[in-house]
Amino acid sequence: MSLVSFIGFALILVGLWGMLTRKNIIRIIIGFSIIDTGIHLVMVSIGYLPGRTAPIINSAVDKAQAASQIVDPIPSALVLTAIVIGLAITALMLTYAVRMYRERTSLNIDDYKELKW
Amino acid sequence: MIKKFFTIITVLLFALMVLPLLRQIVPFEELAPVAVAYAEQGPDQLGAANLVTSVIVTYRGLDTLGEVTVLFIATAGVGFLLRRDEEDQLPGEKNTGESTFETAGESALHSPREASELLGSGSMLLFPLLMLFGVYIFMHGHLTPGGGFQGGVVIASSMLLLMLARVSFHLNHLIISLVESLSGFFYVAIGVLGLVLAAGFLDNRILPLGEFGTLFSAGAIPIIYSLVGLKVGTELTNVLGTMRLTRAQQEEDV
Repeated sequence: MSLVSFIGFALILVGLWGMLTRKNIIRIIIGFSIIDTGIHLVMVSIGYLPGRTAPIINSAVDKAQAASQIVDPIPSALVLTAIVIGLAITALMLTYAVRMYRERTSLNIDDYKELKW
Repeated sequence: MIKKFFTIITVLLFALMVLPLLRQIVPFEELAPVAVAYAEQGPDQLGAANLVTSVIVTYRGLDTLGEVTVLFIATAGVGFLLRRDEEDQLPGEKNTGESTFETAGESALHSPREASELLGSGSMLLFPLLMLFGVYIFMHGHLTPGGGFQGGVVIASSMLLLMLARVSFHLNHLIISLVESLSGFFYVAIGVLGLVLAAGFLDNRILPLGEFGTLFSAGAIPIIYSLVGLKVGTELTNVLGTMRLTRAQQEEDV
């Protein structure tokens, strides 16, 4: 368990807490973003190998012995994808928030009872 | 009170669920077998110095195409949800809906303040540099950290600066959607070319690999990443423009 993965898990819990306790829709979206960031940190920390360098072949990394000098490139690629998708989802959620505010002039989640049982 | 209790229980249960996972994360000593294969074969096979780029653009290129599609759909969703309201609102509802929206920031909506001298001059200075930097990032995606998505975001941020600095600035939606559609189309077309000329869909070896570590190397990777960069840049600019346009439109409608 590395420090980065621990911080990542802590951020996931903080974000979940925020999503469950806050009433303001914008704050719920911020909670989602915090969970997102936590997951990215955990994923990056899985691919990290101590004492190695970035997976780019240049003067610092020998092409023939690259496999013993670089960190795992796959989690980096996955996190890049995840960041872009997270950005798109956040933009879409904020748009929903704008739209909901236009309908009822309220950002309080308690004012939207349609899906409540 | 009881709700708070349940919230605490939920978070604690979630923590219990992920705690074993957290303990299992130990720093690896060696790379995973797939990563070893990518590291050993990647540079010679694809000619890209940045292994993350070779994974994203070629080895898992189909995933990236899906990612670009998700981004496109999200952008379309933003545009759809924030479109002009007259069409879908009943005549009676229109007044109440708009008036409540205006009271929130009436003065700001009616006369947007001109940007200060500092922001105006700063954006004039920074806009071309940011644009150039974005193009640099996505063209050198196979050599340095960066690539299409990062470069596209930098380009979109330069456009955001322009939108902030100029009240009268209007996006040319024809050019934006033309660039976006064409780059998406050529991205898929290059993928299909790989199917015909090389080993498979999105294979970058349809062009000569060139000298390792130079700008014109790694086959089609710089071209694909440039197209992705243009697409992401125009898409995000479109999102920003839509979110801004709704304010301007409200103003026009009054």
